[in-house]
Amino acid sequence: MSDTKEKVRAFIVENFMFGNDEGLSDDTSFLEQGIIDSTGVLELVDFLEETFSIKVDDEELIPENLDSIQNLVVYLSKKQQQAA
Amino acid sequence: MCGIAGIINFNCAEEKQNLLGRMIGMIRHRGPDSAGIYINGPAGLGHARLSIIDLQTGDQPIHNEDRTVWVIFNGEIFNYPELRQELLDRGHCFYTHSDTEVLVHLYEENGPEMFSKLNGQFAIALWDKTKECLLLARDRVGIRPLFYHHEHGRIVFGSEIKAVFADNTISRKLDPQTIADIFTCWTPLGTSTPFLDIFQVRPGHYALFSKDGLTERSYWQLSYSFPEEESRSVGEWTEELEELVKDAARIRLRADVPVGAYLSGGIDSTYISSLVRNNFDNLLSTFSVSFADEKFNESSFQEIAVNALQTKHHVINCHNEDIGDIFPKVVWHTETPVIRTAPAPLYLLSGLVRKNGFKVVLTGEGADEIFAGYNIFKEDKVRRFWSRYPDSTFRYRLLEKLYPYIFTKENEKAAKFLTGFFKRGLQDVDSPVYSHILRWHNTSQVKTFFNPDFIADTGDLEQFVSRFTSMLPNDFMSWKTLSRAQYIENTIFMSNYLLSSQGDRMAMANSIEGRYPFLDYRVIEFACRVPVKFRMNGLEEKYILKKAAAGLVPEKLIKRPKQPYRAPISPCFFGKKSPAYVSTMLSEYAVQQNGYFDDKKVTGLIKKSRNQNGKLLSERENMALVGIISTQLLDHLFIKNFPQQIDCHAEDMIIYND
Repeated sequence: MSDTKEKVRAFIVENFMFGNDEGLSDDTSFLEQGIIDSTGVLELVDFLEETFSIKVDDEELIPENLDSIQNLVVYLSKKQQQAA
Repeated sequence: MCGIAGIINFNCAEEKQNLLGRMIGMIRHRGPDSAGIYINGPAGLGHARLSIIDLQTGDQPIHNEDRTVWVIFNGEIFNYPELRQELLDRGHCFYTHSDTEVLVHLYEENGPEMFSKLNGQFAIALWDKTKECLLLARDRVGIRPLFYHHEHGRIVFGSEIKAVFADNTISRKLDPQTIADIFTCWTPLGTSTPFLDIFQVRPGHYALFSKDGLTERSYWQLSYSFPEEESRSVGEWTEELEELVKDAARIRLRADVPVGAYLSGGIDSTYISSLVRNNFDNLLSTFSVSFADEKFNESSFQEIAVNALQTKHHVINCHNEDIGDIFPKVVWHTETPVIRTAPAPLYLLSGLVRKNGFKVVLTGEGADEIFAGYNIFKEDKVRRFWSRYPDSTFRYRLLEKLYPYIFTKENEKAAKFLTGFFKRGLQDVDSPVYSHILRWHNTSQVKTFFNPDFIADTGDLEQFVSRFTSMLPNDFMSWKTLSRAQYIENTIFMSNYLLSSQGDRMAMANSIEGRYPFLDYRVIEFACRVPVKFRMNGLEEKYILKKAAAGLVPEKLIKRPKQPYRAPISPCFFGKKSPAYVSTMLSEYAVQQNGYFDDKKVTGLIKKSRNQNGKLLSERENMALVGIISTQLLDHLFIKNFPQQIDCHAEDMIIYND
């Protein structure tokens, strides 16, 4: 769990915040804070699919699943449970 | 078309000839054909001329009958034949046939009230020797630039900032507030410029400088304060539009050199070219830029226009590497950070015009602003519509029609996520800047790349909005929502970016004068009166212009979806051939030394781009990249390595001392 969170966080900080994690907490909304812009979501999906070996279904592409570190962690654990 | 520069010093006698020579030397691209200066008492005026009207006797400065009023002038007064006749009737004597000369006599008749009588595009400096006062003025929407530096009884001014900086007693520093504003709304606000203590005369304003100091006044303002004329039919409106734009094009053909036209492949430029081709010049030459990158290329539409119009057509094909290569020159001419590369292809295009022996082109600029062509106007309408039922599952889908390049096939599955971006602030419909706040918010995310120390005192988006809204006309909120959005777009984007960084500067860099029939003030004032439903009908943009264009412009061009003019970004700097300056400007050392940006973030951005073969996918990262490179270049060109040796030699100049 915490490993997943760290991976997600590291990706967000490295890829969208260019190393500066100021203002990023687990429940920070990527949309609200402008951390991810309109095309960034595709980079995020690529990352999730590659790193966690899952397939993100179209109907899952909603802010409730993807819009914060916390939401992502919950979503990923659900996906991994489904797979298990 | 020309470049102007000058110094007025009430404090002490200073040697002006050398300085004026250097100032004019800096902007000689604006006027390569001849140069002249006037020096007398506190005043020194300099002029570099691009000869277009009255090739023989039109050299400047130009004076009145008793040589007490002197003028230097950049631009065109299109109604000068009519003004000249009126002035002759009132007994004035002319010694040239130029449009410039009407200015000194009009000043004698009307003083500073003269500017509202001019139909043109101009930056004017007029010295009244008797009253010892200087008038600086710009046309209504800011087609021609004019900058100044002012302190304690001395003013130094010029068509471009580099002319002002030729005076090396003036310090050259970037203004953090303006730089932060540019990374929010693309341009400086009000009189400010990217440089501290350098100001611009605002469009539609004149400044009066005398021993009493400097005062600035507005002589014209864009206004939508009209009751809707419900009784007129769309046919009557269309007819008036046709007459006005035709006349605007007609008087813009007044020149003693041939006039060409730009063809973008859209309605606006094709409409102007059709008017000219059909009514005035059946041998019209036209010019286009095409892109090697198909995503940006509009040449198939340009070909449709050329085939219909049968003009003598010239094309320049723009490759990504071309944009990268010329970008430092582009920044030398824009004199401001930019967050798009879109000016660069226009620099290449004006070069093509010059190479073909033309000095003047007509373009379709301005139509999208005055007749409501941009997506931002539709976005405003859709979001207001959506805000009334925010839970509606179909209302937001209208956005997909507006932004096919965001809601692409690849992105299709992310559509639901993407609409989240447009939902931000959805309910703030009473905000005066409802139409633009989302865009400003998105752009201002780029500010996260700044070094926090550099922008420490510049305020956040909320403060930006309150500064901007304090400049709005008093009755702004009584206007229709479309008119509000248009006002914001016209005063910020059009005047300070489109007509400057993409307009005057890119054309004048190659000594080319652009002329804009849609920005004839009679056309603008007409467009402001057109009922909202005839500007944008439902979600159909430029409704009335399309009505007028039907029959003249090929149907395929009228029906095609609106494509915003854009140019490639990251591959130009990090593609196969990355220009050498890119790694120098973006090196950790250079970024740290300048202190504008966070060097770690800049390095991260470069790494990301390099890892993706030069491709940055996100809008914001592309904006950041151009913004950072152009700011670093601006520092390099204007602050650290400003040229000291560019001279206009005395033997090339006509000198007046009386």
